[in-house]
Amino acid sequence: MVLKMVLAAAAAAAVLAGSGAADAGATLDAIKARGSFKCGVGTGTPGFHYPGSDGVWRGFNVSICRAIAVALFNDPNKVEFVPFTAQQRFPALQTGEVDILSNNTTWTLTRDSQLGFNFGPTVFYDGQGFMVNKKLGVKSAKQLGGATVCVQPGTTTELNLTDYFREHKLQFTSVVIEQVAELRAAFFGGRCDVYTNDSSALAADRSAATNPDDYIVLPERISKEPLGPLVRHGDDQWFDVMKWTVYAMIEAEEFGIKKTNLDSFANTNVPQIKRLLGMEPGMGKALGLDDKFAYNIIKTIGNYGDIFETNLGAGSAIKLERGMNDLWTRGGMQYAIPFR
Amino acid sequence: MIPHRQAAPGVEPIGPPIIVTGWLGWIRQTFFNTPLNTIITLTCLLFLWRVLPPFYDWAFAAALWEGDAKACRQPGTGACWAFVIEKLRFALFGFYPADLHWRPLAMMLVFIAMIGASGYQRFWRRELFYGWVVALVAMYVLMAGGVFGLARIETRQWGGLPLTMALAIIGLVAAFPIGILLALGRRSRMPVIRMMCVVYIECIRGVPLITILFMSAIMFPLLLPEGVQIDKLLRAQVALILFAAAYIAETVRGGLQAIPRGQFEAAQSLGLGYWRMMAKVILPQALKIVIPPLVNTFIGFFKDTTLVIIIGLFDFLTAIRSALTDPAWLGFHVEAYVFAASVYFLFCFSMSRYSLWLEGHLSPERRR
Repeated sequence: MVLKMVLAAAAAAAVLAGSGAADAGATLDAIKARGSFKCGVGTGTPGFHYPGSDGVWRGFNVSICRAIAVALFNDPNKVEFVPFTAQQRFPALQTGEVDILSNNTTWTLTRDSQLGFNFGPTVFYDGQGFMVNKKLGVKSAKQLGGATVCVQPGTTTELNLTDYFREHKLQFTSVVIEQVAELRAAFFGGRCDVYTNDSSALAADRSAATNPDDYIVLPERISKEPLGPLVRHGDDQWFDVMKWTVYAMIEAEEFGIKKTNLDSFANTNVPQIKRLLGMEPGMGKALGLDDKFAYNIIKTIGNYGDIFETNLGAGSAIKLERGMNDLWTRGGMQYAIPFR
Repeated sequence: MIPHRQAAPGVEPIGPPIIVTGWLGWIRQTFFNTPLNTIITLTCLLFLWRVLPPFYDWAFAAALWEGDAKACRQPGTGACWAFVIEKLRFALFGFYPADLHWRPLAMMLVFIAMIGASGYQRFWRRELFYGWVVALVAMYVLMAGGVFGLARIETRQWGGLPLTMALAIIGLVAAFPIGILLALGRRSRMPVIRMMCVVYIECIRGVPLITILFMSAIMFPLLLPEGVQIDKLLRAQVALILFAAAYIAETVRGGLQAIPRGQFEAAQSLGLGYWRMMAKVILPQALKIVIPPLVNTFIGFFKDTTLVIIIGLFDFLTAIRSALTDPAWLGFHVEAYVFAASVYFLFCFSMSRYSLWLEGHLSPERRR
């Protein structure tokens, strides 16, 4: 009898200890104890996350994780990148195999609730778009009546396409090809007038053309794909670190603080900049970070605009327009929450 | 009695017409001996004539061996081998730190040397076993480091061809004895052992390899007590071994079935116990019979290792595929896949040739 009670107590203690470990702060504490964290990426999407020829991860999503590493440890290499396929990414985050996913996951209600994740700020507003040859002289998707459209079968891309053309009472003929590489070849070979896919993918595909400048991506976006980093439920401090790392990069761009001109702000009188760069203490401390965390991020990684330009924009082979991902002050949707 | 025919003096004997001897005769006999064969031969020749010259143009004549993606995309350019050369190190070694690539390279050389040595019957001695133990330790030390001043490299950074080779070959070597035990167990007269082996084999064969890998990567860690972590690569390797063992078991059982009852009885009448009977009399014959299906299993398994990508391990094929996502080098799928295919072909074809040689070598009585 006594033995039974002892066993029951031990079991209860084990359960309590187990649940205690999952309480707020557990992930961040473990990360700090380990001295690095694990960032889940995909197996390769041009511009977003891809291995370079030297075996080092590069890309926009990779920079986000490196920025978090700088915020925590002031070292962009204190992060391990773990590649996952689309099917495996969610179990990997749920079981704690990685601490964060930064791999072009679309923020949706079910993922945010049922799957038990918290999504950070949307770092890339993607959406389905259309690419056409410049020779057609088309400026808007509404002029695409009667076009032949290259599209992958059985995807939401195909559904969105049908819905859009029906809604605008336009006729179209679809050319359906399963493999992306063949689809691309068909479009560049002139088998169809229009190629539809997520706009970031369109831009990447365009860069693979013999003459990328012959093609344009039309401005219309016919679906919403907000992409951002995500963490699992259960550690709000870790969630905060992720969010404010991203906001720090956007805020820096709003104030025009770049990697290259960072030190010219050393004597600034603007209070917001002083708070952001840690010249006035308190902001970093509130997150449990160094007060200069934003300064360090901009110094080693750059602001939001910097990482966009080098990985996806004019400084890259992809040459994506900022579009929706421009700052709110310039007509885009990137908007940082105030640092105060 | 008919006198033996002799050529008159000064007259050379006339051989059969040139059309039925020599290489011309051989071609005629082999490819054009019936109308159907003639049609098949001509069709094949037409096919080759249509396919080979364009392929040669693409792969060699118009191919580009150096330069960047822009040069490769010029119209009229053939294969962009410059892409493969640029990405070769990543494809071969994955995320292994670039300045330490000599280590996986040395590991592969040791591996290939050991495999080569194991192929010859004259090395089949006890020393070979010790040699393998030493070589495996050396290979692990080369890859993982941590001693002798070698920097420690986590297994998650291993990748490329060494990973493919290690997973496949260590998997097969470890699965082989397990498979034999399972095959013997399945034929055992002891019901418990027989049932256990049957359940094991049928359960493993009843699910796809992906499921087993997924279980090892995702489910298994949930069952471990808090704080205990087993390396992902090790988990994948164990999963592959368990999987291969079930298939090898059934192949070996096929060989055991083929051994006549008399062989068992003869061995027993010599006073051999179960294990000695198996080791000395039955298995040497059974394994010899199953070399072709066994190599079939091996080749299939070698290619199956590419599935480890679903648990995030970068084997050779995955490394090449992800190299395709470098924005500076988009759109060279064909080159990447042709290269990957040739490497896999090299491995699988060597395995198949070796097995043919071994078969002839071990069973001269069956050679045909």
